[in-house]
Amino acid sequence: MYEDGEKGLIVTDERLMMGLNGDEAVAYAIKQVEPDVVAAYPITPQTIIVERFSEYVANGLVKTDFVSVESEHSALSSCIGAEAAGARAFTATAANGLALMWEMTFIASSLRLPIVMAVANRALSGPINIHNDHSDAMGARDSGWIQIWCENSQEVYDACIEAWRIGEHTNVQLPVMINLDGFTLSHTMENVFTLPDDVVKNFVRDRRFIKVKGHLGESELRLDPGTPITMGPFDLQDFYFEHKLQQVEAMRRALEAIPEVDAEYEALSGRGYRLIHPYMVDDAELVIVGLGSTMGTASYVVEKLREKGVKAGLVKIRVFRPFPKDELVKTLRSIPVVGVLDRAISFGAPNGPLCEEVKTAFYEEKDRPLIANFIHGLGGRDTSPSMIEGMFHRLMKIKSRGRVDQLIEYVGVRE
Amino acid sequence: MTVKNLRYYREKFVRHLPTRFCPGCGNGVILNAFVRALDDLSIPQERVLCVSGIGCSAWIPNPYFSGDSLHTTHGRALAFATGAKVYNRNLKTVVFTGDGDGAGIGGNHLIHAARRNVEITTILVNNMNYGMTGGQTAPTTLYGGLTTTTPYGNPENPFNLTSLVASAGATYVARWSTYHVIELTKSIKEALQNEGFSFIEVLSQCPTQQRRMFGLSGTSSEAPQRILEMFLESTYIRGQPLKNNYLYAIPKKTPEAVFKSVETKLSGFHPKLKIVDHMAFGRIIKINTERVEEVKRSLKDLDDVEKVADPLEGKIELGVFVKCERPEFVKTLHNIIERVGENRYGV
Repeated sequence: MYEDGEKGLIVTDERLMMGLNGDEAVAYAIKQVEPDVVAAYPITPQTIIVERFSEYVANGLVKTDFVSVESEHSALSSCIGAEAAGARAFTATAANGLALMWEMTFIASSLRLPIVMAVANRALSGPINIHNDHSDAMGARDSGWIQIWCENSQEVYDACIEAWRIGEHTNVQLPVMINLDGFTLSHTMENVFTLPDDVVKNFVRDRRFIKVKGHLGESELRLDPGTPITMGPFDLQDFYFEHKLQQVEAMRRALEAIPEVDAEYEALSGRGYRLIHPYMVDDAELVIVGLGSTMGTASYVVEKLREKGVKAGLVKIRVFRPFPKDELVKTLRSIPVVGVLDRAISFGAPNGPLCEEVKTAFYEEKDRPLIANFIHGLGGRDTSPSMIEGMFHRLMKIKSRGRVDQLIEYVGVRE
Repeated sequence: MTVKNLRYYREKFVRHLPTRFCPGCGNGVILNAFVRALDDLSIPQERVLCVSGIGCSAWIPNPYFSGDSLHTTHGRALAFATGAKVYNRNLKTVVFTGDGDGAGIGGNHLIHAARRNVEITTILVNNMNYGMTGGQTAPTTLYGGLTTTTPYGNPENPFNLTSLVASAGATYVARWSTYHVIELTKSIKEALQNEGFSFIEVLSQCPTQQRRMFGLSGTSSEAPQRILEMFLESTYIRGQPLKNNYLYAIPKKTPEAVFKSVETKLSGFHPKLKIVDHMAFGRIIKINTERVEEVKRSLKDLDDVEKVADPLEGKIELGVFVKCERPEFVKTLHNIIERVGENRYGV
């Protein structure tokens, strides 16, 4: 159905269905958004994004200024410069590229520049590895970026459109990182329902600016010689702390803004994702919580276990920053056992990064599940349905014993 | 240079074969030249440290060289190597890097290592694009070059790396290509003996990505040889007498289509005509003749020919460009530390 009337637009029209891998889905969405500046540096498995997009530029399909910079640090720096000047800027990277950007990720968020960046998640060196895990994005966890995690190419496409409205929301004004699992999503072709160009353009509309106090009175938060402002100056013991709390507040408001933008997008596309996506949890006894493409495999396992009479369920965390604590607690409060899947290690920490967040969310709660932690799939190691089924069996055992014996279980690793 | 059986070098210096390089890659040629240089100078493997960054060139020593090697992050090999050299100045420290690695993301480290004149031999493999990630434009891609991020031509100009490194202060600077194996090996030997920063740029063939860049139609199996011949055609060596008995006719259409009319036009001169690949002009007609000026005039009014190029036009200069002495960084550093130590205890 493809209605373009008052009711809006619900897209299940085959004319708008495309075969896209994750990277191409990013490139196509960004083509439709048509940001002013794209600056990027090649790194596997993100390269397809930049290659496709530079084709769009070269073919005159977008008016975007595309800069092939000399490093990822420069890529994000260029985006910061462009956004500070009032443009819309996009970049894409992965793993060590994101690590090299690390300094600039903090600058982008603290200058409150709603840059959008796609990260094709890849393991951090060393030893050198080009395949998927979440160590790169988890390393940027505390940089003040909104983090959206995608399960498939469709979600990638949709996130790349929603991200602009979320980041540029006048209550938010923060950069947004869209995470797609390297190779698993970035290089795997799937059917993706797209929106017509004009619908995307209308949805993302023009960039909105907040008003700040400039040298000559009220000014928009951008560099405009007519209404000058000073960006990024020295900020010591006197005000730095207050500015950081403004970022805290922006993150809190993002928790409200994201479902709001998402609902609007759903009315248009028929697809909404919200902050978390629970699947078969209402009567579930064993629930798995995780991020990214693994949750697609997990939903298959949940269905299979349900057929066998096991009360399994899952919760996919779509938005990891800001962390959707309240929704998660509400959803999982009455579940007896929860297993949290981490595809990254926080060396020396009692749990993986996602599990620590989940546990923190439940600390103040009277009713809380037993929480186990599975670390899996590092360096692109495949997490098969049977491994996930194995995790559910572990949760079963935990349930019958009534306690979690092992803080972390490493799944699919040699002894 | 004594030439030994290839098997001898393999067994002595190479950990395992075959390499994972694409068929026809220039990296094997460079590995070969490097180990021959080590062998000729009788430098034992245990005195060699190879450091490399990210990209295809980084794989030349790691994992294939059977001595110590450190595979590091993108563009930073020189910084790691400087640390190793400062700590152990007896190490023959060799950095393998590429154009994207050494001149792109790591360009800053390159000029500063040269400025310090730290005793490191740097072999920069220049294939004029980011080969490993799929052939994106690099800071060495020729103006107008076709890459996956510049599908209709590169709008940027490339670095002249040897000039850059020379002006930054390196004490040995050379440029060769994978066609010039003998010269390259000799150059690596000179670099390994230079007390200071040595830089050798090697133009290298990348049959996987350069077919697009140079517009080489035809089978992929003939690409490596064609690119090598192209390197010979598009370069000249500093200090060697230049031949002046040929010209290039740059055709408006394909050279095959124009060949006949050029042949007819020049029939009075009995020239030898050949279709060749050229880095600056693409596929063009080479005219060998002793009567250069007359041929040039004669071709001027031929419609099919866009331009007549002199032998040197668009060519890249090879050779050794800098060979000088300047205080070496690690030596100076240790001298200062020793001097400070003497003063401290002498007072």
